[in-house]
Order: sequence, then structure tokens, then C-alpha cells
Amino acid sequence: MRNSTGYRIFQVCNTIVLLVVVVLTLYPFVNIVAQSFSDEAAISSGRVNLLPVGFNLETYKVIMGDPTFWLNYRNTVVYTVVATALSLALTTCMAYALSKKHLRGRKFFVGFVVFTMFFNGGLIPNYVLVSELGLKNTIWAVVLPNAISVFNLLVMKTFFENMPTELEEAAAIDGLTTYGVLLRIVLPLSKAILATMALFYAVANWNSWFGAFLYFDQKSMFPVTMYLRNLIAGAETATSVGGGDDISQIASNVKAVTMVLTVLPILCVYPFVQRHFVSGVMLGAVKG
Amino acid sequence: MARQSGRRPVWADLRRDWRLYSLLLLPVAFFVIFRYLPMAGNIIAFRRFIPGGSIFGEQWVGLRYFEMFINDPTFWQVFRNTVVLGALTLLFTFPIPIVLALLLNEVRSRRFKSFVQTVSYLPHFISVVIVVGMIMQMVSLNGTVNQILGALTGSTVNFIQDADWFRTIYVSSDVWQTAGWGTILYLAALTQIDNTLYESARIDGANRWQQTWHITLPGIAPTIITLLILNIGNFLAVGFEKVFLLYNPLTYETGDVISTYLYRVGLVSNNISYATAIGLFESVVGLVMVFSANAISRRVAGSSLW
Repeated sequence: MRNSTGYRIFQVCNTIVLLVVVVLTLYPFVNIVAQSFSDEAAISSGRVNLLPVGFNLETYKVIMGDPTFWLNYRNTVVYTVVATALSLALTTCMAYALSKKHLRGRKFFVGFVVFTMFFNGGLIPNYVLVSELGLKNTIWAVVLPNAISVFNLLVMKTFFENMPTELEEAAAIDGLTTYGVLLRIVLPLSKAILATMALFYAVANWNSWFGAFLYFDQKSMFPVTMYLRNLIAGAETATSVGGGDDISQIASNVKAVTMVLTVLPILCVYPFVQRHFVSGVMLGAVKG
Repeated sequence: MARQSGRRPVWADLRRDWRLYSLLLLPVAFFVIFRYLPMAGNIIAFRRFIPGGSIFGEQWVGLRYFEMFINDPTFWQVFRNTVVLGALTLLFTFPIPIVLALLLNEVRSRRFKSFVQTVSYLPHFISVVIVVGMIMQMVSLNGTVNQILGALTGSTVNFIQDADWFRTIYVSSDVWQTAGWGTILYLAALTQIDNTLYESARIDGANRWQQTWHITLPGIAPTIITLLILNIGNFLAVGFEKVFLLYNPLTYETGDVISTYLYRVGLVSNNISYATAIGLFESVVGLVMVFSANAISRRVAGSSLW
């Protein structure tokens, strides 16, 4: 291989460009962490960038001493666990059934599902439906309307389709029913994909806020993302709608601490799970 | 066993596979209730709706609500904003991942490559609430952007309340959120390119740039086209949640889009049917755009989604 001077210059420039990408990506995170440990006077005089100025843990103590914050944090955990478990169960059942090529009506069901990727009812009809079903101010308002992600479903269906069928056939000859085959043979072999799907759903649920904004009236039901949203919007309660009509008077370090505490679980698991997410996307792309 | 399922009577298949069908029961119910019922619920765009009454409305009013928004100057304002914001987002967020993937592909050190990938995927996993919180801290009067601006020009800008800056902020933060994650499918496509093509090109004396132009780009072209179709289809569906968190009455002039407008019309001012009509218009335009993009790409590029 010929390594011309031009190519070597390119390699150097390329490395620099990619390092700039890394720095630009990470900077906002570094900035909020620095602000979260700084005192408000330093932030409002514009002196906090990479490192904390006037290092203190006071803001963390204030936020962590707020019962509403913990209540909302706990809500996020509960919603995430319940929604992820439900989504995983429904997605697995449907993906498994649709992965069976001999199933009559399979094409119809796949089309029925895929169509919803391109056309949806829209905000208002969804809101009317959830209200009329009496789901408002219940956990189901945030858990049910997005229980199955079509993308995740297709990823999982592709995975099941690529599984060797011999084991399943042998198990069926041994007298296991479809349920038995799924529970005792297929699922134990699908731990990796189940973990990936659980992570996909868990992250989406952890990050979501809009369902809670639409359907919950009481602060005590909010997830932590709504707690943060109200700080950012400078709104006292979620009922003062409009997405940040008044200029926020809430201290920057308070917002920074809340952001850090909300994003922390994601940052902690991210390095370990990033690989799984990527392979999940690839699996989905094979079909998509 | 399944060889002749086409000829077997339906009941025989149902009897054989009833356990599989039973697995479909709850998921199908989910799609019917939470996906297809709201679609049918769009009927209230043509009917008067009374809160607490039927979700399908009370009486026919024809195209009244459609006439209303066609004659509503605010609608055309938010329509224009949506098109501009969608077009700018597509213009910037679509090519950048391609370039980034090509650059990553040239990196020799595996470690450095995977480090850059890991870091650049990160914003994809961050809640939009946190992203907007970060944007607001960055562009606030005492934030980093204004510090740099102050050092360079001596003046600062109140970005969040300036309608002229809304699009720039929206699009650049979108690039931050999506550039890294968007490379995944291209990187996968790049590994599929036959290495012998590069070898024979080198024998023919093609330089790196020519190899990229004549082998790499055509190699990932199908991926580019597929993603372009999907992106064009979603073109009008600008990120509602981000706009909603980011805009304020001072930036409505450029920031207010169809989805945020219909939110305010429907759920703040309680004009449910009117807002549904606007939403239905948006969904139908979106659907038409996916199908047209798909048809055009099948004819022009010979590659399509279906």
C-alpha cells in the first residue's frame, strides 16, 4: 500500500476532525456537571465552563432533600419497570408468532403492524381515546399507549426467524406444546436479544415525559423528567401549559443538578450496553 | 407440514396453530385499540365533538374544520415554519452521518475508532428534556456560547428569546443528537463492500479519493437511498417534543410548527375537532410523501422500501 504524503496529511486531519467531534459531543455533559458543583453567583457571571467554580455540594443536598424529587424519581423507576416488563412480554409473544412462516395470515398481520409506522392517529385522537378509556391519572396512561414498538418487534421477529428450527422441532416431537417450546427452548436461547429489547424499552421509558405531561394532573404522579421539565420551563405546575412561557427564575445550578441526577443511570449503564443497542439496530436493518 | 397451507381449509390451520394465534391476541388488541382506533378517531375532524361524549363525535359537519384552517393565516404560518424546519433539518442531519461514517472508515486504529463511536452515539440515549435543558444552559446569557461571543464581539445575544435564532438552535442541536447514531447503518454497509474491488482499483492506479468516489459511495448508495426515503417521509414530523420544550411566544414566529399549533388549538383552547382536522392533514401529507419518495426512488434508482 502506498502511503503518500497527501494520505498522511489526510490521516492527521481526520484524527483532528474526529477529536473535535468527541469534544463537541462531550462538552455539554462536562458543562452541566461543572455547573452542578458550582455556586450560582459564579454561573450567572458566566465563569463556569469546564470546571466547577466555587465548588460545593449544597445544591445536591437541596435537591436530594426535596421529597418531591425522590417521589418523582421513584415514579420513573416504577413506570420504567412496569412498562418494560409489559412491552417485553407483548413484543416477544407477537414476534414469536409472526416469525413462524407457516402461520396463515402472517403477511396480513405484518402489514397491519408495519402500516402503523407510517400512519398514526395523531395527538388529539390519542388524547381523546386515553381520556375516554378513563386512563388519565393512572399509570396505564403512560404504560399502555406505547406498549409495542414496531421497530423492536421487527428486530425480534428477525432474530426468531434466524434461529435454527431443529431444536424446536425435536422439542415438539417430545410432546412440548407451542407454549412449552417458547418458554423452555426458545426464550433461554434468546437471552441476548431479550436483554437488548429490555434496554431499548427501558431507555425510552426512562426518558419519556410527554405522556405524563398530558395525562397526569398531580405532581405526586410525575416522573423525574417532568420534574426537570417544570424546572426548565420555569412552570410551577404542569397545568400552566405552553412550554416555558415565562422566563425561568430557577437557579442554573438547581437545573444542572437535576439533569445530572436524571441522566446518571443512563450514563452508568451506557458503556456496557451500547454494543447491544448497535447490534439490535443492525438486526432491524436487515429487514427494514 | 406447512407445505400446502394455501389449500388447507382455514379451520384446519386454526386448529393446528391456535396456540400461536393465542399469542397474537393481546398484541393485536393493543394495535387495534391504541393504533387503529385513534386512526378511526380522526372521523371527528368531520364531526362535532363534545368532551365526554362519543370518541367518534356527535354530528356531521362536513369539511367545515378543513375550511377553517385553510382560511386561518396562523395555520399557513406554522405550515411554512414546519416545511422550513423540516427541510433544514434534513439538509444538515442527513449528509453529516454519511461524512462521519466515511471518516470513521478511514481510521486505522481500532481503539480510536470505537472510542469515537461510543462517544458520538451517546446523545441518542439522552432524554429530550435533558437535551433542551443543556441547550438552554449553553445558549443562556451566561452560558458558554455567549461567553465565546462576548470575547469575540463584545456583545451577547439572548438566543432563546430571539426568533431569528430558533432554527439555528433547533437544527444544530439535532445534528448533535443524531450525527453519531446515524453512522451505524452506513458503517455496517461499508463492511459489506467487497475488498477485491479496492484491490483491483489500486492495481488500476486509483488513488484514495477515486476509490472513495467510485467504490465506497456506490457501495453504500442503497443504504443512503433507503434512509433518504424514510427521512423524507418523516420530513413534516419535526421533533414535536423538542420544539415544544424549546419554543416560547417570543419565538412562535419561526418556531411554532403544525404539531405544536394543533396541540395549543386542541388541548389548550379545546377546539378538539379543529385540531384533529389539522392533524389529519399532517398525517395524510406525511403518508403521501413516503409513498411518493418510495415510488420515485424505485423508478430513478431502482431501489425502494417495498
